[in-house]
Amino acid sequence: MTFLEKMMQIDRRWIYLAIGLAVIIPTIKSFNVPVTVSPEVRKIYDFVSKLKPGEYVFVCVDYDPTSMAELNPMTIAIVNQAFAGDLKVIFVTLSQFGPGMVEQITSELAEKHHKTRGQDYVFLGYRPYPAITIMALGVDFRVPFPLDYYGTPLDSLPMMSGIKNFSDVKGVIEITSGNTADFWLIYGNGRYGFPLALGITGVMSSNYYQYLQSGQLFGIIPGVKGAAEYERLVGFPGEGMEQMAYQVIAHSVIILFIILSNVAYFATGRKKSGLGGGAR
Amino acid sequence: MTTYQLIGNGIAAFLTLCIFSFLYKDNPFYKFAERLVAGVATGYFTMLLFWTNFQDKVWQPIVHNGQYEYIIPAFLGVIMWTRFSKKWSWVSRYSIAFYIGIGSGVSITVYLYTYLFKQLQATIGVPISLGFAGVNTLVIVVAVLSALFYFFFSMPHTGVIGVLSRFGIYIIMIGFGAGFGLTVMGRVALLVQRVIFLKNYVIALVGG
Repeated sequence: MTFLEKMMQIDRRWIYLAIGLAVIIPTIKSFNVPVTVSPEVRKIYDFVSKLKPGEYVFVCVDYDPTSMAELNPMTIAIVNQAFAGDLKVIFVTLSQFGPGMVEQITSELAEKHHKTRGQDYVFLGYRPYPAITIMALGVDFRVPFPLDYYGTPLDSLPMMSGIKNFSDVKGVIEITSGNTADFWLIYGNGRYGFPLALGITGVMSSNYYQYLQSGQLFGIIPGVKGAAEYERLVGFPGEGMEQMAYQVIAHSVIILFIILSNVAYFATGRKKSGLGGGAR
Repeated sequence: MTTYQLIGNGIAAFLTLCIFSFLYKDNPFYKFAERLVAGVATGYFTMLLFWTNFQDKVWQPIVHNGQYEYIIPAFLGVIMWTRFSKKWSWVSRYSIAFYIGIGSGVSITVYLYTYLFKQLQATIGVPISLGFAGVNTLVIVVAVLSALFYFFFSMPHTGVIGVLSRFGIYIIMIGFGAGFGLTVMGRVALLVQRVIFLKNYVIALVGG
């Protein structure tokens, strides 16, 4: 059996090991990766940076710990930008594990930017059934959330005085790992017509670019690469930028394996049935 | 890092390694971590629903605020539980009918607007021209039609139809390729985030 034939039958665990070892390299010797900012990410940054201090932005954190790796860096970058620009931020979550995500981010960043809950930001909390919740939010934030997540009536929060529904906020930024993006598109942008932007996982990205082109979205932050771009724009380098070195190494190894397996596949004349993964 | 954080992160690091051990083969450590996640998640979600929904939207309005109109949706919710009885399961159809009826009425127009009209408008809205936007429109129109022709089986894929459907499959593959690349990036991100977490934990453990 030749080397190439052996490669076609390689145990997948060797590939796992190779990727695992590869991503350890940047932990020993890190390096900077140049990050080019894409227009769809810049549009969100420009939108937030053009808002005046005291204006309201609505941030929906619809993900759980399984998507933290991709989405937390972009949420942190956006909230950093909003807090640094003295914007008022209204948080909500339609994901059952979202409250933990929001609490972690707001507690860290509020302390860093000297922001007070109820005055500079508010966390409405969690409700199930995204469509119903979004439509109710469009009527009045107090319909689905008479109290905030901590049990304080919205009317008693200084920040919420005179703030009724989406017509009082400048835009909605939805950061999600699931189909809540569709609910925000349909029942949010479609029904109430407010400016909507998405921060989404890499796997979802290619499904939402058509809404950017149609103007239903004003921006998209796709996966951890988009998060790194946003961090660069905001000037708060975080885990998104840090992950880029690891991503380069891991992708290099994956590309190497793809090239190697294709060379082996064609060099062995596609003669071994069951090799190469394709049905014949 | 405080002692409390060090212990908490130590448990998280141990559970991370338990899950990673599945890459070698199934084992008791993986099973333990997997079931722990499922159990904790279920318990957390149940309590979250109770306190943020039953307490807020049913108990508080009816018992404390005297908003008795909340009894109607609460009753519709309760009769859903008749699904567990063969004799009484038909009662739950009223709740389902109510839910589907309202859902359809509200959704149909906005679904059409979001997924059909706005997308059609964007596809054909910019006239074809020699400029970048015009050429972009041409590419989109040809790509959309070609991809649709690939799934059009009412006539044989020969001649012009054959060329279009062949072009359509290339367009679809480009879409899949973009999706695959972004998926790989997402999956690698999950691994990288855990590696960074473990690195920071080891540094905190060793460096104090």
